[in-house]
Amino acid sequence: MEYFLTEEQKLLQEIAYEIVRERIRLVRAELDEKEEFPWEIMKDLAQADLFGIWIPEAYGGLGMGILENCLVVEQLARGCIGIATTFAASGLGAYPIILFGSEELKRKYLPPIARGEKLAAFALTEPGAGSDVSAIRTRAVRVGDEYILNGTKQWITNGGEADIYSVFAITDPTKGPRGASCFVVEKGDPGFSFGKKEQKLGIRASATRELIFNDCRIPKERLIGREGMGFIIAMKTFDKSRPGIGALGVGLAQEALDISVEYARKRIQFGKPIISFQVIQHKLADMATKIEAARSLIYSAARYLDSKADPPDASKIAAMCKIFASDVAVQVALEAVQILGGYGYMRDYPVEKLLRDSKILQIYEGTNEIQRNIIGQELNKEYGRIKETFIK
Amino acid sequence: MHIVVCVKQVPETQNVRIDPTTNTLIRQGVASILNPFDHFALEAAFRIKDMNRESVKVTVLTMGPPQAKEVLVDALSRGADHAVLLSDRAFAGADTWATSYTLSAAIRKMGDVDLVICGKQAIDGDTAQVGPELATLLDIPYATYVSRIEFVEPRVLKVIRQTDEGTALWKIPLPALLTVLKDVGRLRVRSYRATLRARRYDITVWDAADLGLSENTVGLKGSFTQVIKVFSPQRAKERVMIEGSVQEQAARLYELLKEQGVPGL
Repeated sequence: MEYFLTEEQKLLQEIAYEIVRERIRLVRAELDEKEEFPWEIMKDLAQADLFGIWIPEAYGGLGMGILENCLVVEQLARGCIGIATTFAASGLGAYPIILFGSEELKRKYLPPIARGEKLAAFALTEPGAGSDVSAIRTRAVRVGDEYILNGTKQWITNGGEADIYSVFAITDPTKGPRGASCFVVEKGDPGFSFGKKEQKLGIRASATRELIFNDCRIPKERLIGREGMGFIIAMKTFDKSRPGIGALGVGLAQEALDISVEYARKRIQFGKPIISFQVIQHKLADMATKIEAARSLIYSAARYLDSKADPPDASKIAAMCKIFASDVAVQVALEAVQILGGYGYMRDYPVEKLLRDSKILQIYEGTNEIQRNIIGQELNKEYGRIKETFIK
Repeated sequence: MHIVVCVKQVPETQNVRIDPTTNTLIRQGVASILNPFDHFALEAAFRIKDMNRESVKVTVLTMGPPQAKEVLVDALSRGADHAVLLSDRAFAGADTWATSYTLSAAIRKMGDVDLVICGKQAIDGDTAQVGPELATLLDIPYATYVSRIEFVEPRVLKVIRQTDEGTALWKIPLPALLTVLKDVGRLRVRSYRATLRARRYDITVWDAADLGLSENTVGLKGSFTQVIKVFSPQRAKERVMIEGSVQEQAARLYELLKEQGVPGL
């Protein structure tokens, strides 16, 4: 199907897919098996200019939007969402600086992220603060020209590998959600260390670690925006990034469909290719239809979110992209394993990895349950403003 | 510093056809690719450019029909600064000498070239002659089968060569020519910015007149060798087991080689 993309947008897709075909597909099984961080591929993505996607041109990036980011991560996800997540998490880590960073912070941190010389990471989740982000306990106390951070962040993507971290911490415990702030912390800052690398069900090429702040001292200029803006920064960042999680789901599901159709055309049972059986055709038809629906939603939503500075329903739309496409990814990967049968369950074929990998899409960057809360609350507010009645 | 990388568009080896009258490759209608060994030549140049992106310029040079622009666009998309195509009907049918002669005229015309890098050979002709011939015509030193390149002084390279006799470490002053092996590094991926630029880049095309070459010195007319026939050799599978003591085996082997007319025996 034609989505009327520009020459530049199509080129981004082409370049990202070339990296999938020529590089990622050759190493993904090994990286998964060894739980090895994909540094070589990160170098390829840097050489391809892709880390600059949504960093403004003034800071060395390509100055593009949510749609372009979605197009790239969708292609990368056809290769491996462990790798695609590593890539996307750097953009997520940079976004608070792009949106609310001072000129000085932007100049210092965005160019190396755009060049892919340094990876970024986004650090919000804590052992006691997952879906309930207001429960974060990491403290930042201003002392003279410095902030001193204490606390622990958990399950931080790119933790230990990234050089630049956007870290959320409480600056005023009396103000609840309005007491949180966001800071740039660099690998190597005094008092900043890493905990164990997590062992995961899927996306095993990506690194997930604890961040430990033990009297970590940083200059006061590392504050992003103003004190108390932490939650606004986090939510605005998620509005930009969540369609990208949906795009990861679309890419993963597309890979599952591509493998399933090819396999079904070749696999002979009862003297015929199994694609000649309606039961298989119907499975494939549902998979393809769901993927196209998810892709259409994400591209439309991304175009809409890029078209305005601050759309009022951004959180709702971004949440819809995330839940719909991540649910599709899990369903499609599950069906792909079923179509390949015993082969699908074996590690010799790539679909068992797709199934293991897909599950994270419903969990990270806000669980799908939290996304549905966002959509539900927004509907309640929207309809509260409408004067017309629909029930006669 | 100006680096010229010589590349060749070669037919995809699956579909090679030979013209029965000229005994040369039929290139029309066959998918062309960048000679795989030239990937490494490009990467070697890009790695030198990585050391100083401002002062190092990489020009990619090829000789061929207009469709050879495709491989130049590909090289530009991966980071080459400039591209030159040598194209003229008179260049057709060139052997390695005529090819080297034409390439050398183009490099002389550029004037300021410090380093020429070639792949070790092309996968169609497999001669590995053009690199050394080109260096000879340009009257510059050369090193073949290079696996590693380092700068020891601003104008002196240290290269490691892999030869049948072993590994050689050479110092070589610039200007120079290198032919490189895959060890110098896998060719990098296309870059978004470079590809956009490549699509709009106006490739320089020089013909025989631009190079000041007479038609008798280029192409088939300028070639000292002509391909009489191309065929797959018949391989007679004959195996002889020689037994006995080492001395007896050596003596028998000597006789057999002599019977076969091996020169020098």
